[in-house]
Amino acid sequence: MSKDRSLSFINRCRRSRSFVVGGAMTAFLLMCAIISLFWTPGSAYDITIANRFLPSSANHWLGTDQFGRDIASMLMTGTQNSIVVAVVAVSIGLFIGVSLGLLASAKRGWTEEIIMRLSDFSFAFPAILSAIMLTAILGPGGVNSILAIGLYNIPVFARLTRGTANSIWAREFVMAARASGKGRLRITFEHILPNILSIIIVQATILFAIAILAEAALSYLGLGTQPPEPSWGRMLNEAQTLMFLDPMQAIYPGLAIAIAVFGLNLLGDGLRDILDPRLSRKR
Amino acid sequence: MTTESNSVPVLEVHDLVRHYRLPRESLFAEPGHVFALNGVTFEIHKGKSFGIVGESGCGKSTLARNVMALEPTDSGSVKILGKEVVGLSFDQLRPLRQHFQMVFQDPYGSLDPHHNVGRIVAEPLAALGAISKAERESRVHDVLLSVGLKPQDVSKYPHEFSGGQRQRIAIARALITHPELIVADEPVSALDVSVQAQVLNLLKDLQDEFGVTYMFISHDLAVVEYLCDEVAVMYLGEIVEKGRTEDLFETPAHPYTRILLDAVPKPGSGQKRERIKLKGNVTGQTEQRVGCAFQDRCPMAQDVCREIKPPLSPVAKDHLAACHFSDSMTEKR
Amino acid sequence: MSLLNVKDLSVILATNEGPARAVRNLSFRLNRGETLGIVGESGCGKSMAALALMGLLPEQSETLGEIKLDGQNLLEKSDAEMCQIRGNRLAMIFQEPMTSLNPVHTVGHQIMEPLRLHRNMSENEAKAEVLRLLDRVGIPNPKERIDNYPHQLSGGQRQRVMIAIALSCQPDILIADEPTTALDVTIQDQILELIQTLVREEGMALILISHDLGVISENTDNILVMYGGCAVEAGGTAQIFEELIHPYTQGLFAAMPKLGRARGGRLVTIPGTVPDLMGLPMGCTFTDRCPLATEVCRNTPPPIVEVKPLQFVACHHLDEARTRKTEELFS
Repeated sequence: MSKDRSLSFINRCRRSRSFVVGGAMTAFLLMCAIISLFWTPGSAYDITIANRFLPSSANHWLGTDQFGRDIASMLMTGTQNSIVVAVVAVSIGLFIGVSLGLLASAKRGWTEEIIMRLSDFSFAFPAILSAIMLTAILGPGGVNSILAIGLYNIPVFARLTRGTANSIWAREFVMAARASGKGRLRITFEHILPNILSIIIVQATILFAIAILAEAALSYLGLGTQPPEPSWGRMLNEAQTLMFLDPMQAIYPGLAIAIAVFGLNLLGDGLRDILDPRLSRKR
Repeated sequence: MTTESNSVPVLEVHDLVRHYRLPRESLFAEPGHVFALNGVTFEIHKGKSFGIVGESGCGKSTLARNVMALEPTDSGSVKILGKEVVGLSFDQLRPLRQHFQMVFQDPYGSLDPHHNVGRIVAEPLAALGAISKAERESRVHDVLLSVGLKPQDVSKYPHEFSGGQRQRIAIARALITHPELIVADEPVSALDVSVQAQVLNLLKDLQDEFGVTYMFISHDLAVVEYLCDEVAVMYLGEIVEKGRTEDLFETPAHPYTRILLDAVPKPGSGQKRERIKLKGNVTGQTEQRVGCAFQDRCPMAQDVCREIKPPLSPVAKDHLAACHFSDSMTEKR
Repeated sequence: MSLLNVKDLSVILATNEGPARAVRNLSFRLNRGETLGIVGESGCGKSMAALALMGLLPEQSETLGEIKLDGQNLLEKSDAEMCQIRGNRLAMIFQEPMTSLNPVHTVGHQIMEPLRLHRNMSENEAKAEVLRLLDRVGIPNPKERIDNYPHQLSGGQRQRVMIAIALSCQPDILIADEPTTALDVTIQDQILELIQTLVREEGMALILISHDLGVISENTDNILVMYGGCAVEAGGTAQIFEELIHPYTQGLFAAMPKLGRARGGRLVTIPGTVPDLMGLPMGCTFTDRCPLATEVCRNTPPPIVEVKPLQFVACHHLDEARTRKTEELFS
């Protein structure tokens, strides 16, 4: 790739406001997660009843909860959890779903029919309900909630991939590739995938946000990340009973979830604008 | 260029048939069919340009895809350099593909926007199997020069070129394997007049230089007349007239050809000329009829046209027409 | 007084890279019953000029100059007034009859709408008028077709319906922007003939826009040749084809393959490509592709000279353009 091409890509990134804002919010969360691996302002695990319900101060930036744990530290450590769950769950959906979608679109006929009917079938079950069902069967815990969310993502990616890939298969440059003697597998990787990648990336960022929400929801119900591992969803859950006593305890994790979801959605919007080839037409 | 009319034709198409099945309209209804090609026969000799003209829905693009073996053929035969390609599997076809290449209509849709020019142009080399990087680069270099592009353009992307230049890229792609046959499906219809002339001249020059054979599909009769040695006129999936360009355009033996020629607006000829006019639209692709394909719109149609299908038969040397009244057509002029 | 008098019309479009002059100082007149052809390649400004007449330019654009219809400047009219004028006095048909018709309404409904809106007809009157109009534009069995949806009609029939809608309010001027470009030659022939007949019989004026010199030549009284937003040559159709003067007009005509010309010769080509509005010189827009261009062409807009009675050419090198043959010019 030539140097000025990558330069123009950076310029386009700068021009999209939603990409910049969304990217900054996402980067902020990522940094929190990384920093929390080495350092947190207090301890997210130490239970010191004496320190319970402390207001925010230099020692405890956002105060402490009913067990005396440092809320800022719990939020930061919880970011790790959310990110891990979201990344793994979306990756499961991405790899399996995109592969199935590409396969359906390249083979057509019965293969496509079976893959699409199966994904229709899985759409019939509400996502969060099936996740609850699955964790109820497999037992609660981080890994199982990842699995549950990831499974739900597969048909979403499969449908999207197959739909957009089909429209690329109908283009003349694909016909030209076939006239060059290229097989369906090779065309899939050389022509189809690069042309649908931008749409998939955008969808991934949106599903990333949904996965974070889903993880929070499962943890809230006690089916996700298990104590003592801090999690945004469980923090919300625990704060629920103290709503009137210490409302900030519920607001902080709520804000964290909102920032993550909002930031990722903005990032997705921005990416869609940037990756749109029409914007790169003029130099 | 030597004329080798005795040698094996570059392309031989015999009685090619292609029918598409339409989706069922209801569960119990018989699915309909589109009769896109109903027995098309012609051959093209080396170094010649064979034009195929007709209006939308006459089956000319289907013919291109079938000649290029891009979709299954129902029956008939397509021989390229004497080798039958109908019925071959995709893998069996691959080594043959270097001999026949295609140029598409839309210079925007036929180039992958994510590939640079070097990669686009080199694509058909895939059919040749292993080839060294140096060999590939030198071929791309040469072919870009011969279509009038700069060798430095290899690292650019399609969006950096105008429509005419993109069509040059597409032509370079078709040329890179040194094919005997290039099937060009409306290669200049999307271009502006001033750019179209450049591309037409380029196609002519390439033919003189490499002796390549063209199967040239167009709805524009003037373009076909300019470029082609022979012409076939198609109507509803059949060739209704075929012959050397000058014969066919000077003494059309089928009323449809005559009407097509008359319908072309001629610049500088003043206001409307006298001519035969055509009623109605191209219809009836979904029914198989008895008699002549053109009967519904023909101003000369008689009872015999509705009962007996006129065969494609000679009206003069190398000039065939499928009309019961072709003799009176040629006399009229 | 002319029916339509356009003076120094300029259209400036706001683009990402700054303002682009899509039409530059265009002037022409059109009388009742006259037909004017505007010919040029993509990006020459012909469609933009038409949209400016209709007051249908995109929001981010600026229109300068004067468009006088019966002495009233259309550029000073409010949106509501323009709406009335568009319905009653100016009508336009477009290239793509499929996208100009609403797919969810029957064609009858779509023709009836302007009748009820602009001509205050009752349901029954309007229906009778629709039948009359469909018959007028040559659609067989109008009684059945009235209940058809656009997708049930062929391309030619859809363009006929578009013409019926344009006719419905008895406009003074019909603007047809590439009305037959999407159609086959035989259908093009029918549609152009229909437009001709209607214009003659209804006493309308016609502005026919096309990239095809042949279409323009056979269907208009006067021609305006545009390049890069400017009119480069204008005059009576027959007269212009007698002697093409501007290098661009000469080149355009010679670059066109023409039926009946001997094979074997080469087409004349104009070097370069159809220009991008952004990079055009301040002077003559054809400078970069013109074999006669000199420094003066780039910087000074050429004067519009009346070479013969009512034939106008905008070129700095008129004499040279007239004395040298086209093949010599572009070789």
